[in-house]
Amino acid sequence: MSLRLRDGGRLIDRSARMAFQFDGRSLTGFAGDTLASALLANDKMLVGRSFKYHRPRGVVASGAEEPNALVNLAQGGTFEPNQRATTTELFDGLTATSQNHWPSLEHDIGAVNSSLARFLPAGFYYKTFIHPRPFWKHIYEPFIRQSAGLGKAPKDRDADRYEHFYYFCDLVVIGGGVAGLQAARVAGEAGAKVLLLEQSAHWGGRAPVDGGEIDGRPAEAWVTDTLAVLEAMPNVTLRSRCMGAGVYDHGYLLAYERLTDHAPQADGPRHRLWRIRTQQIITATGAIERPLSFAGNDIPGVMLASAVRDYVVNYGVAPGQRTVVVTNNDDGYRTAICLKQAGLDVPRILDARETGGGALMEEARALGIRIDCGRAVGKVQGGKRVKSVQVCAQKGSGSALEEVACDAVAMSGGWSPVVHLWSHCGGKLVWDDVQAHFRPDADRPPLGRSGQGFVAVAGAANGALTGAVADADAMARGVVQAIGLKPGKGIAPAETQPEELPIEPVWLMPAQAKTELKAKAWLDYQNDVKVSDVQLAAREGFESVEHTKRYTTLGMATDQGKLSNINGLAILSDALGQPIPQTGTTTFRPPYTPISMGAIAGEARGDIFQPVRETPMYGWNDSNGADWEPVGHWRRPYAYVRSGETVHDAVMREVTNTRENVGLLDASTLGKLIVKGPDAGKFLDMLYTNMMSTLKPGRCRYGLMCTENGFLTDDGVVARIDEDTFLCHTTTGGADRIHAHMEEWLQTEWWDWQVYVANVTEQYAQIGVVGPKARAVLETLGGMDLSAEALPFMAWADGKIGAFDARAYRVSFSGELSYEIAVPASRGQAFWDALLEAGKAHGIMPYGTEALHIMRAEKGFIMIGDETDGTVIPQDLGLNWAISKKKDDYLGKRAQERVHMTDPDRWKLVGLETVDGSVLPDGAYAVAEGTNANGQRNMQGRVTSTYHSPTLGKGIAMGLVKHGPDRMGEVLEFPGTDGTVFKAKIVDPVFYDKDGDKQNV
Amino acid sequence: MSEAVSSLQSAEFEGLARVAEAGLQGMITLRGDLGARAVRAAVKAAFGVDVPDVNNVASAGHMGVCWMSPDELLLLCPHGEAEAKVAELGTALAKQHHLAVNVSDARAMFQVKGSGGREVLGKLCPLDFAPGKFEPGQIRRTRMAQVPAAVWMDGVDTFRVVCFRSMARYVFGALKAAADPASGVGVY
Repeated sequence: MSLRLRDGGRLIDRSARMAFQFDGRSLTGFAGDTLASALLANDKMLVGRSFKYHRPRGVVASGAEEPNALVNLAQGGTFEPNQRATTTELFDGLTATSQNHWPSLEHDIGAVNSSLARFLPAGFYYKTFIHPRPFWKHIYEPFIRQSAGLGKAPKDRDADRYEHFYYFCDLVVIGGGVAGLQAARVAGEAGAKVLLLEQSAHWGGRAPVDGGEIDGRPAEAWVTDTLAVLEAMPNVTLRSRCMGAGVYDHGYLLAYERLTDHAPQADGPRHRLWRIRTQQIITATGAIERPLSFAGNDIPGVMLASAVRDYVVNYGVAPGQRTVVVTNNDDGYRTAICLKQAGLDVPRILDARETGGGALMEEARALGIRIDCGRAVGKVQGGKRVKSVQVCAQKGSGSALEEVACDAVAMSGGWSPVVHLWSHCGGKLVWDDVQAHFRPDADRPPLGRSGQGFVAVAGAANGALTGAVADADAMARGVVQAIGLKPGKGIAPAETQPEELPIEPVWLMPAQAKTELKAKAWLDYQNDVKVSDVQLAAREGFESVEHTKRYTTLGMATDQGKLSNINGLAILSDALGQPIPQTGTTTFRPPYTPISMGAIAGEARGDIFQPVRETPMYGWNDSNGADWEPVGHWRRPYAYVRSGETVHDAVMREVTNTRENVGLLDASTLGKLIVKGPDAGKFLDMLYTNMMSTLKPGRCRYGLMCTENGFLTDDGVVARIDEDTFLCHTTTGGADRIHAHMEEWLQTEWWDWQVYVANVTEQYAQIGVVGPKARAVLETLGGMDLSAEALPFMAWADGKIGAFDARAYRVSFSGELSYEIAVPASRGQAFWDALLEAGKAHGIMPYGTEALHIMRAEKGFIMIGDETDGTVIPQDLGLNWAISKKKDDYLGKRAQERVHMTDPDRWKLVGLETVDGSVLPDGAYAVAEGTNANGQRNMQGRVTSTYHSPTLGKGIAMGLVKHGPDRMGEVLEFPGTDGTVFKAKIVDPVFYDKDGDKQNV
Repeated sequence: MSEAVSSLQSAEFEGLARVAEAGLQGMITLRGDLGARAVRAAVKAAFGVDVPDVNNVASAGHMGVCWMSPDELLLLCPHGEAEAKVAELGTALAKQHHLAVNVSDARAMFQVKGSGGREVLGKLCPLDFAPGKFEPGQIRRTRMAQVPAAVWMDGVDTFRVVCFRSMARYVFGALKAAADPASGVGVY
């Protein structure tokens, strides 16, 4: 059983007890514990179930590489699945639940999977697609859905806050172990602006656990001293709990700072995503110990040897009372020595090497530990805990020589440098035969814009498993020079460590393991990939490591194969009969460990999830019943709903009142672009399909804009202000787009034309005063002459209306007598108030976008985005009157002459009127006889706009219909989505006041 | 006559820095050949300062000139004087191709004041706000969270932020979140 030792634990505070819950049971730990160490202290060996076979799983590691101990953390708005217990700092009140089991962790029905394991081989998921076909839908899919998946998806809205921070520096050192500390010190002393990141809460990395001396002092003391030196440097910034997550082009780096995960009651953001630009990066990310592949290596109690001593030294927790150590290198002996010194039993050290190790082996032997060389674990016995190991010869096939009772197994398969951050942006690796691992190839680093490397690697991450500080010192000196600074004169601190003999690679234990052993020898714990799976994939022809990865899912779990990748590709290489470097690695992609979605979103949540653009009358609209409609980022009132009304009621009332009395429209969102210069007229003639250069100052003209491909992209009224100056109105959503469109043409094609453009959309509050009583309302306010004579239809004038500086446009999008009045935005609300007051006697009411739409549809006016969808040209809409025949060119002209655009079969705009007065469904298609090549019903038209018109008391619609204008009076059939078929007659699209008498008064 | 009002009517928030909508501000966009003697002279005559270098701001009293692009300046003056200044530029540059337009009401201005200001803005804009890297007299057109903005310093620990008027509430919300007292980064 695992337990808390009476003494020890350099990171815990035994005076501060922390209560926490695991699967509903109350447990206690100490301040400084991780959830993993606290669980082990409570003899919780079984912490989860595996993904595919639901095998019992326990803690295997002590850091970011942990594949098994994933838990659901917290509840409600702070719930988060798949959190690694090994990197979760314990706090008082923590609640965690285990994952991937039903009904409970101890009794899991899904575990039956493991007896069916031979039916779930590598690639089983893909094989289920193949045959027998009906099995997929009825058997495989429901089964896979039931059993697959790790943690639960959160149900509630995330209650926490997050933020980004942009930071710029000369050098980022990733990793706060001894190598990172030394690298930061060298660069800091040279005067570089340095950011040093450490993913955990503690500095110094493994060195304080693994021992040895630096500069003649214990490693831990050296760490403390160096930290003090760095903290005193104003040009060095240190951040713990901050992980270097990803390295990107041009020295862009993401770092993930966990601010309150360890103290969730604290105020402030939970995570901060650092978005860093740096000249150089040093990754001092250390190394990760590899498991050994023997049968039963996934049974709870089998752990990495380094993790076992981490728990003892850091947390005063023993994973077992009798621990068998199995190793292929000298480092494993450190664990045996550590356990023995802690008073725990080590019945055996099994060293796969025939001749054993060096100084550390002698030290272990001197402590009285029995060491068997050339021996291996044949099989671990046990279910939810280790019971014993069968010892065999490493060179054999696994025949048991003896059985040793134990409750834990510490395995050391050698160390793999953490090359992830080096590799993210293209750093290449080289295979190191002596140390049996991939390490960064210094000659092929990720390249910056100048073609020089911008990432260097220091310490164990660079393969310097010994002499990490000296390695970091040398690396940092080179990097300092790359930044353009001079490294100081100091000499690298001397390191004292025991002599070690070389590792002997062991990819399978024992070397000739029988099939049934290989089928229980796990490579990837989280995704349940075994040695036998990789070998099967190789037999089935998956030779590329990337293909094998996807076929077997090796390394595809949330840990991204931190423990399994190297072992897996070694097995693959062996199966393919080729050396490991020829097989190569899979791609290392950011982030290094998963980061929260919240951190990626940053501040963008709640009220500031997205910018909401407000007009000057937004507040009034909001408190006067506005039913909001998003239009681009703007919010516009769809209708102003009064108490007791439905939205539909309100829309009908607004239309009727505007037609009979007078309505008020907040039209401030309409785009307003000033186009000025000697060539402005020429420029607008190119942008609009019709002629603008002939417009007289003081007059307005409606215009259409097309893309180069001829498609209608925007429309609006252009007012000529003076000889050189035009004001172009765009659609609400079009202002920024059309502004950019204009600038692009001016900057790239017509750069020699003298034209400037400015977007003044928001300078003005623009208010439509619409209806037969519009003039009367404005005249109540007094001021400029707004009579039909002084300001005829399609004219504009500047002047005063009441106390307001105003520009009045006589334009109409409703067919009524109508003015659009622009006043400075800072006076918009005041002017709106004045209009409401003046209009009281005339029955004035504000109206929203839906009433606007209905009134324009009654008049047969098109709407960009309704009648157009990016495939419609003006000719389709019968707008030939707005296309100049005199002009040599305009944007879209040539495209509109292409064969397809002049095809008489193109669908054209018509009005549609249901025979029974009902409203056609929006977007409905008119069916034609016969079917197309795909067996689908032929179509001959579709609805583009459809409304109930209160003015006409019936449904009206516009649509695009094949040969439509030639088929007036014909009845088309429009099937609805509910089985009903709507019948509608083709009519003229102008339903109301065809001659325009009402607007021209 | 009713008073003109700014977008958020001088709303403010106290956190890592004091964030306040700065009220009405006269602003004019001038586009033209910034190297032309006539343009430089007209700006100097109307605003009392020279056209600044790239990415810089020049100011004197209530008047200011901000470099916005190779052919664009943002001119600052009291709100009530903007129309007159536009007219003055129009007269002075009658023979010079240019565009001068009052954009005072198209924008909102914020002041971010206090020692935490560099961090507050560093959470929202992809700029280096480290002392020595960004100082009074410099201006950047940039992105503030999801919207365009211009930022400059008009004193030690005092930033000005200009955004579009319709986005004022969003920008104020983003600045408030960034200035949350419990969210100090501690690097400047």
